[in-house]
Amino acid sequence: MKSMLAVLRRELSGYFSTPVAYVFIVVFLFTAGIFTFYLGQFFERGQADLKAFFLFHPWLYLFFLPAIAMRLWAEERKSGTIELLLTLPIPLWAAVLGKFLAAWAFTGIALALTFPLWLTVNWLGNPDNGVILAGYIGSLLMAGGYLAIGSCLSAVTKNQVIAFVVGVLVCFIFTVSGAPMVLGFFQGWAPPLIVDTIASFSFLSHFNAITEGVIDLRDLVFFLSLIAVWLYANAVVVDFKKAG
Amino acid sequence: MIDIKNLVKQFGPFTAVDNISFTVARGEVLGFLGPNGAGKSTTMKMLCGFLNPTSGSISVCGHDVEAEPLAARRAIGYLPEGAPTYADMTARGFLDFVADVRELAGKDREWRLDKVIDQVNIKDVLDQPIDTLSKGYKRRVGLAQAILHDPPVLVLDEPTDGLDPNQKHEVRGLIQAMSRDKAIIISTHILEEVEAVCSRAIIIARGRILAEGRPEGAAGWRIGEVLAGPGKLDAAFRQITQARAA
Repeated sequence: MKSMLAVLRRELSGYFSTPVAYVFIVVFLFTAGIFTFYLGQFFERGQADLKAFFLFHPWLYLFFLPAIAMRLWAEERKSGTIELLLTLPIPLWAAVLGKFLAAWAFTGIALALTFPLWLTVNWLGNPDNGVILAGYIGSLLMAGGYLAIGSCLSAVTKNQVIAFVVGVLVCFIFTVSGAPMVLGFFQGWAPPLIVDTIASFSFLSHFNAITEGVIDLRDLVFFLSLIAVWLYANAVVVDFKKAG
Repeated sequence: MIDIKNLVKQFGPFTAVDNISFTVARGEVLGFLGPNGAGKSTTMKMLCGFLNPTSGSISVCGHDVEAEPLAARRAIGYLPEGAPTYADMTARGFLDFVADVRELAGKDREWRLDKVIDQVNIKDVLDQPIDTLSKGYKRRVGLAQAILHDPPVLVLDEPTDGLDPNQKHEVRGLIQAMSRDKAIIISTHILEEVEAVCSRAIIIARGRILAEGRPEGAAGWRIGEVLAGPGKLDAAFRQITQARAA
């Protein structure tokens, strides 16, 4: 436990030790703002809620979070510090979890910094703050899913660019698998069971369900088990590389 | 303290380490010699648990490296080849991280940190990011990390590589001072280093042990059948590694 916290602290301060973190947060907030106000037509909707804001989170995360996760393992492999990390008395699960939680915490900080939007809707009207809270929780859970995927893929290579590109690709698959376009492609010939299974893997459908204000146990279980599975795969990949 | 038996490591069809066995006892400094690609670093990586052996066993202070990895790693201080450190951290931040992971706490922690910072002489650069440090300082920060928890077993992969002659002398002095109550393995290309600090040497090439050597007082070193006078170790090294390779 102590070693996991040590890894977490080191990784998190690693994000902030370079200007990259600040640039990242600024760009994230800026992009989130553009999406909300222009594409989401925050004002034109005339409703005091943050639907316009949350609506674009999957697409924002699709590019931002693989960029956060890509360095987690690839950088260590590139610089050789992985040899240090894996020969210190840190259980493998602690290293994997510590790194993941650091990336998750960093995302949480970036997400929390969108609070002016929340203040704005509360100033403009009387939104249902319970729904907004659910939206934030759903968004954070979904972010965890993207980061777990990114972390695992980062362990596969020592090239951060490859980690990023493959990460975006896999995240994309998990995002769009519930989109009507994709399901329509399968609906013609595949049995309903398969179509439903594909749809159930979509971040979109689970996330949208949560942003409606209902945190269903199934959605919760989906994201948490997805995180667990990808982190387990992450540990397997790291361990596999020890075999040479 | 270190007991390696029939160690084999294969990377696909390539055998990097081919049936190596040796032991190192407390108080010994074993010099690990060999040409590049001989399998020195691979052996050390397996000893420290970074690579899994294909076959054979490694035990450190009675703990099998594969069965009890954490116990074995706690007993080892390891300086990997090239002394990798987290470049974005300061030297102090880095050592704090290692102290956290090694679960040093309270007075003991302060005392150990002060001691190693003094031993490797990095007090002046503690608050600088590691990537701004010179090669010599980086290497010393790496060394500080390895000896921070006062481990009974030290594994140093080319500890003096990249240091200037004065720094080399200091590090050798440090290794000698620590050797009394530890089992130490160092790999090196520098044969004068073997004469300076080692109490025993193993020459390996192509993954096999070619010869073992010991100092014989004023007469120099006896390596295998070869007796090398003081300062003549590299001739013996060439004779052994090239004769067997041919």
